[in-house]
Amino acid sequence: MSRVADVIAARKGEGSGALVGYLPVGFPDLATSIEAAIALAENGVDVLELGLPYSDPVMDGVVIQQATQQALANGFRLRDGFEAVAAITARVSTPVLLMTYWNPVLQFGVDRFADELVAAGGAGLITPDLIPDEAAEWLATSERTGLDRVFLAAPSSTKARLEQAVERSRGFVYAVSTMGITGARSDVDNAARGLVSRLREAGATSACVGLGISTPEQVHEVLGYADGAIVGSLLVKALADGGVDAVAAAASYLATGK
Amino acid sequence: MAEGTKSLRDELGPYFGEYGGRYVPESLIAALDELDAAYQAAKTDPVFQAELAELHRTYTGRPSIITEVPRFGEHAGGARIILKREDLNHTGSHKINNVLGQALVARRLGKTRLIAETGAGQHGVATATAAALFGMECVVYMGEVDTVRQALNVARMRLLGATVIPVTTGSRTLKDAINDALRDWVASVDTTHYVLGTVAGPHPFPVMVRDFHKIIGEEARAQVLELTGALPDAVTACVGGGSNAMGIFHAFLDDSSVALYGYEAAGEGHLTEHHAATITRGRPGVLHGARSYLLQDEDGQTIESHSISAGLDYPGVGPEHAWLADIGRATYLPITDDEAMQALRLLSRTEGIIPAIESAHALAGTIKLGRELGPESTILVNLSGRGDKDMETAGKYFDILDADALAEEDRGPIDGAER
Ligand SMILES: Cc1ncc(COP(=O)(O)O)c(C=O)c1O
Repeated sequence: MSRVADVIAARKGEGSGALVGYLPVGFPDLATSIEAAIALAENGVDVLELGLPYSDPVMDGVVIQQATQQALANGFRLRDGFEAVAAITARVSTPVLLMTYWNPVLQFGVDRFADELVAAGGAGLITPDLIPDEAAEWLATSERTGLDRVFLAAPSSTKARLEQAVERSRGFVYAVSTMGITGARSDVDNAARGLVSRLREAGATSACVGLGISTPEQVHEVLGYADGAIVGSLLVKALADGGVDAVAAAASYLATGK
Repeated sequence: MAEGTKSLRDELGPYFGEYGGRYVPESLIAALDELDAAYQAAKTDPVFQAELAELHRTYTGRPSIITEVPRFGEHAGGARIILKREDLNHTGSHKINNVLGQALVARRLGKTRLIAETGAGQHGVATATAAALFGMECVVYMGEVDTVRQALNVARMRLLGATVIPVTTGSRTLKDAINDALRDWVASVDTTHYVLGTVAGPHPFPVMVRDFHKIIGEEARAQVLELTGALPDAVTACVGGGSNAMGIFHAFLDDSSVALYGYEAAGEGHLTEHHAATITRGRPGVLHGARSYLLQDEDGQTIESHSISAGLDYPGVGPEHAWLADIGRATYLPITDDEAMQALRLLSRTEGIIPAIESAHALAGTIKLGRELGPESTILVNLSGRGDKDMETAGKYFDILDADALAEEDRGPIDGAER
């Protein structure tokens, strides 16, 4: 039912797990962000997570904030997100999820947003500030369109909330490795391992860990207990510092941890 | 209240009509649930209530008085104008009511660190004050623009032992300070309570903050009844996030004869691009954890607000106000920078009371309203804060600083502070 879940399962079948790579649309400009995402797909990233720049990104650390603010200053519009998804899916078969704060979707219209995303070949949404409790409209729309919906699970989540996240998510559950925001960290919290095991008890078959992962060793460690490892800030930093070539190099280096 | 009519005073959240809710990262849900439970318990706990009442009596200076201002009233169509003097509270504004309540809840939860956002600096000062009083660590996020225009309050917070972090993202004002406070809280919830300063944010903040401020309206309603023998015809307040307005409105929500007016900051004019008139010009959306009116573009990106008043310079508004506006129980109108500044000077000159620029928006609205309602009417105004913090802005606005003082200042505030 879910291409994202299928890809993750396939990597697991090969005895490893999936590498999920994040980059924002429109940074440093639309064309380069498309090339950079394709470079990820061609260098070992199994699932693409494209971030839509938003004015008030409360889940993001400094690196991603700066990149998305620059994209907004350059005139990013939501339609650029669909254009990027279409351009990427035309060239690579890697599934593409959009990571978006909720208000842009709400203002575009949940149904209209979903239809545009389907038309562009996108796989679904990761919604960092939308909890399943507030997601009635999105649950209905994603059922209608078959889009994936990735909700977050945190170390602080209760058992009942983990069960809800597992039940409501499709594609994977996003296990937040640490109590915090995006940004590279020297050690990926022990909390992540505990959280994934609690997610398993709650019935999760597809759980990816994100926040703080920035080395192949961390990717390897995470894939030892989870189904996927999500990397963001490191890739954004590589793109900011060294362009598309640096992103490609960073992705293939990270992929050695699979 | 007509029989069978539901009281408007019983709204418990998380929703007010279609507004409110919790649009936050999952990581915060456990902390919000914990806070909600602790607050619900405190609400019905006589020990907690007695503790808070004692603090208000011996520390805040409650009840705050009401002051009738006839010389000012002459400029407001001759209406009888009565001010609720929240400016006389310890720390200089209504903000302390909420902060002491939340600090007591935080202490019950075993939290040792308080964080806050601040615009005008009044909420930051109040939080720094409570932290000093309770021996807690305190970090205040403040937009860089606001640290400049409210420099005195930055010094006050630091003197009280708080760390003030200037926020340099986005519009560098209140909205961005809230973003950074939320980011801090996501990573620190174990030890930290986020003292949100207005009736916005995710549940339970809008109801909890309102409840800690509703004492304003409860006192004022009784005081006005005693003074005049009747309820006022209208109650007015300025609206940033909306805490002082909810605080004074709440006691009157079921008094259908009492009109409620909230005045939003219209900056250079609500039809220009430089304003903070959220209900007047915004539309429903999600910001900072709740669904409410907000200033946003077609794509749902928040539009930066503008106001001479740092405390009203916010592109969102509390969800209960959005609901009260939709059901027509309260009316929200725009007041420009200049209208507010003229009202600030007028109250100073006619009554010897210098209001905060925020509160001056309520005064400016009241002048217009008084002219409409006429000399037979009584209007209760929430004077939410005093103007000491605004002397630099007012001094420049009215060009009443000495040339020497200005030259001194041009050498830069940082040098100046160190001399
Ligand atoms: C004196 C005063 N009044 C009003 C406000 C606006 O806040 P609210 O709308 O929550 O009362 C502030 C905020 O800083 C303030 O300092």
